[in-house]
Amino acid sequence: MEQLKTIGRELAMGSQGGFGQSKEFLDLVKSIGESRSKAEEDRIVLSEIDILKRKLLEPDVPKRKMKEYIIRLVYIEMLGHDASFGYIHAVKMTHDDNLLLKRTGYLAVTLFLDEDHDLIILIVNTIQKDLRSDNYLVVCAALNAVCRLINEETIPAVLPQVVDLLNHGKEAVRKKAIMALHRFHRKSPSSVSHLVSNFRRKLCDSDPGVMGATLCPLFDLISEDVASYKDLVSSFVGILKQVTERKLPKSYDYHQMPAPFIQIKLLKIMALLSSGDKSASEMMYMVLGDLFRKCDSSTNIGNAILYECIRCISCIIPSPKLLEDAAEAISKFLKSDSHNLKYMGIDGLGRLIKISPDIAEQHQLAVIDCLEDPDDTLKRKTFELLYKMTKSSNVEVIVDRMIDYMISINDNHYKTEIASRCVELAEQFAPSNQWFIQIMNKVFEHAGDLVNIKVAHNLMRLIAEGFGEDDDDADNKLRLSAVESYLQIISEPKLPSLFLQVISWVLGEYGTADGKYSASYISGKLCDVADAYSSDETVKGYAVSALMKIYAFEIASGRKVDVLPECQSLIEELLASHSTDLQQRAYELQALLALDARAVESILPLDASCEDIEVDKDLSFLNGYIQQAIESGAQPYVSERERSGGMFETTDYHSQDHHEVTSHALRFEAYELPKPSVPSQPSAALVPVPEPSYYSEPHQPISTSSSVSERESSEIKLRLDGVKQKWGRPSYQSSTSASSSTPPQAANGTSTHSDGGGVVSSSSSKPRSSYESKKPEIDPEKQRLAASLFGGSSSSSRSDRKSSSGGHKPAKGTANKPLATVPKESPIPVPDLLDFDEPTGTSDVAATDPFKELEGLMESSRQDGGGSTDVMGLYSTDASAPVKTTTSVDSLLSELSDSSRGTYHQSQTTKGPNSKEALEKDALVRQMGVNPTSQNPTLFKDLLG
Amino acid sequence: MYVYSRRRRRKIERSERGRKMGIRFILMVNKQGQTRLAQYYEWLTLEERRALEGEIVRKCLARNDQQCSFVEHRNYKIVYRRYASLFFMVGVDDDENELAILEFIHLLVETMDKHFGNVCELDIMFHLEKAHFMLEEMVMNGCIVETSKANILSPIQLMDKAH
Repeated sequence: MEQLKTIGRELAMGSQGGFGQSKEFLDLVKSIGESRSKAEEDRIVLSEIDILKRKLLEPDVPKRKMKEYIIRLVYIEMLGHDASFGYIHAVKMTHDDNLLLKRTGYLAVTLFLDEDHDLIILIVNTIQKDLRSDNYLVVCAALNAVCRLINEETIPAVLPQVVDLLNHGKEAVRKKAIMALHRFHRKSPSSVSHLVSNFRRKLCDSDPGVMGATLCPLFDLISEDVASYKDLVSSFVGILKQVTERKLPKSYDYHQMPAPFIQIKLLKIMALLSSGDKSASEMMYMVLGDLFRKCDSSTNIGNAILYECIRCISCIIPSPKLLEDAAEAISKFLKSDSHNLKYMGIDGLGRLIKISPDIAEQHQLAVIDCLEDPDDTLKRKTFELLYKMTKSSNVEVIVDRMIDYMISINDNHYKTEIASRCVELAEQFAPSNQWFIQIMNKVFEHAGDLVNIKVAHNLMRLIAEGFGEDDDDADNKLRLSAVESYLQIISEPKLPSLFLQVISWVLGEYGTADGKYSASYISGKLCDVADAYSSDETVKGYAVSALMKIYAFEIASGRKVDVLPECQSLIEELLASHSTDLQQRAYELQALLALDARAVESILPLDASCEDIEVDKDLSFLNGYIQQAIESGAQPYVSERERSGGMFETTDYHSQDHHEVTSHALRFEAYELPKPSVPSQPSAALVPVPEPSYYSEPHQPISTSSSVSERESSEIKLRLDGVKQKWGRPSYQSSTSASSSTPPQAANGTSTHSDGGGVVSSSSSKPRSSYESKKPEIDPEKQRLAASLFGGSSSSSRSDRKSSSGGHKPAKGTANKPLATVPKESPIPVPDLLDFDEPTGTSDVAATDPFKELEGLMESSRQDGGGSTDVMGLYSTDASAPVKTTTSVDSLLSELSDSSRGTYHQSQTTKGPNSKEALEKDALVRQMGVNPTSQNPTLFKDLLG
Repeated sequence: MYVYSRRRRRKIERSERGRKMGIRFILMVNKQGQTRLAQYYEWLTLEERRALEGEIVRKCLARNDQQCSFVEHRNYKIVYRRYASLFFMVGVDDDENELAILEFIHLLVETMDKHFGNVCELDIMFHLEKAHFMLEEMVMNGCIVETSKANILSPIQLMDKAH
């Protein structure tokens, strides 16, 4: 206990002995850390705002103190409150001579201010000054700020200095200068378009850090314009090769992997460059093959690189050997127990399936496991894969599944996405019209408000036009089935508006067409719709128009029309509607009911929604009438153009009006005139540059540097050869092991897998027995699903029980038994490291909270005693507290060993004792220079000493 | 009026370019959902940040340790990892290598551990600016630019020495 308190004090003071932090600050942090609810936290922050507002106004605040205030402001904003009252102090702090204060000032400013904030103007000057500093750390701090605060307009103010810094003696400065240029390129490509060659040149920088950073802008540049960088393929391949051969400094290693983040970036770039380019792809075969052989698939980072290789291979034109390697890596991912790796495997499968469509077949069961996994992330990824591999043979199963899933989720963003995918697949691969309409109904029913309105229009058009074949009979059947399905659905509560519009329209057009349903039945349903959704004007409008059509068809066919009483009252209601649209429709309907059959037929002919309406713009059918009128003395019509000449004399009301408007209204054109000069000026006005001559300057250095760059760009290839020697011995030429040595394993794997499938399908006649024997046998249900998805050879039972495949959830714990059992057992061996099962926000949490340790020592100094006694009480009553507290004060890294290595071995080692694992962990942790502290009190001493 | 429309236009452009950002934000949140560090690489207003953090934290805290360390959220992904009481969450674009980001988080924690020695939540709270300085060295413009622990820590150590 005593020991813990000491640790707490040590932590509170900071590992540097509490430098520069007042008790006030410690108290603030402590109370924030202890707050149990958002409301409590908000209260603390609000009172802190009051305090700071006062303190910041005090005269002569010592600098140290001010730094602390600024950090407290950062806290306020981080916790979601406005600290704008103190921004100016952060800005002032950037002017300070002290590096730490300056950097803190810059940090706060970058956290507080948007690049368009007015206060930035006050910093640009400081940045300019700092970029010229002799202290490279000051330059770095300024460059950090450049990357966050400089916007399009202020780029010219710092650009020349940044360009100069590209050749600075310190690699840290060169790196940041490159990133500043990168930022400029993103903000305003034209401002640095003449400097782009610098990126190429910096690729050959002697420092690997600078080279690594240069890959970022190059990635952007190459993704914008692949063609101009084709010449760099060999350089990138060369660099990657050197990295994998450990030519970079050891400090870039991560878990024994040489510079993995640089490797990944290089692979991304190479994928871009070699996409669809045979000769470029061929240059990469060797190094990619090496990576597959070298990467340790037992570590996360090794798998990250393998995954990037798979991505790269899916972009380039790969060799069969590489495809095989990629497929093998994917199958390793999919067979892993780690959900993360499964996710990567499914993703890789989705990428590779484009170039080798049959690759998914051997993994069908793994895919289905992922599809049925309770983990939503994995499920979605799998749906993405299914979407990519949909064809007409499996569209029904896939879309059914997607719709089931769509119904089950609440996240509107993803619901919209999956709904639109369903629609897309249905439109593309629909096996029958009925099916298509069913699917669309489901989509509309469950995601109607999220679907694009075009989808609804497409559906209506499809029903009206039929499927294009001149088969009226089939079209009529389609319409009838649509009508029938809508009449079933229509009485369900709370249908989406868009769906109701479709329903109303279809019922209006085709409700009575077949003669199966009477006009009064359909119109009754339509009245119900208008009644039930009385607040939705669009739906009402559709319903009234549908009613109009129903009655029109009745009248036209010579039947007597009895307007239903509810319909009559609807019309009356709408005649007085506030919506002019609805009023208009109601009046039209009323008028139509009074017309004779011949007139009605020409107003609304039967099934004519697809007919083109010819608009007679000249109104030629009125010619006779006009002639007659003129003959009887009327004035002939004078067209507008003819009229304009005598505008002032005319007494025509409208033209007068028009004239007035033109002379008195605001004339917008006048404001357009000064526009051309605007873009160039505000930048000059905004930036307070002391030397007025500054803005004429940039042209000169720019032109020289561009000419330099042009001259040098031709040398780049030559200079790259030199690069190869930079990080290694001059004679690095590798004797890479012959690529033929790898055994053709993948083919082997495939055959065994399909064998397994065959066995299962033959035994599927008596699935019960295999189920009960609890062998890792495959669930027949799953088997069937697999067959319908992948159309593999392994099943023939699809047609029999097709309908049931969607609904049931296959029994868990048979095929994926390891998965189901491991999760429950694995956390138990290491409870001291990971407090997995802890409920959040309860007293348990209080016990493990690191701040509890502070309680003891802070107690005497605390202002509010109530809270502390409460917590202390909790603390003492909880028997397990001392054990648990060690875990949270312990290094965060105590989990490290488990996460970096343990997870992938977990399944194998769960049953056995965990001592071996613990030893392994210990060794690993030591290797990484981290002292494990849990369970080992002596190691605490290190902390104290 | 003119300035306003120009700003808006720039905002739109920015959001379009934002798509190839790589890393969009890095968050450290404890298991009570309290933010311990937040760094955004695209500008969000205070309200937007607050809403975003709320949504993300709710999503991630609801997941168990067997599930993927990745969560899709709106049009980007969150890669997260838990260390004792603290969650590290990194928002990335859709085409980022999730496993690599997961290891990046680990590298960050290792780096902090190297500096603080057995780093814990309190270290980050008491030395918020230092945690930020480390991030500033590691990530610029939403890209990972430095992964050598020695290089990341050297400016911070130099600053410490000077005082």
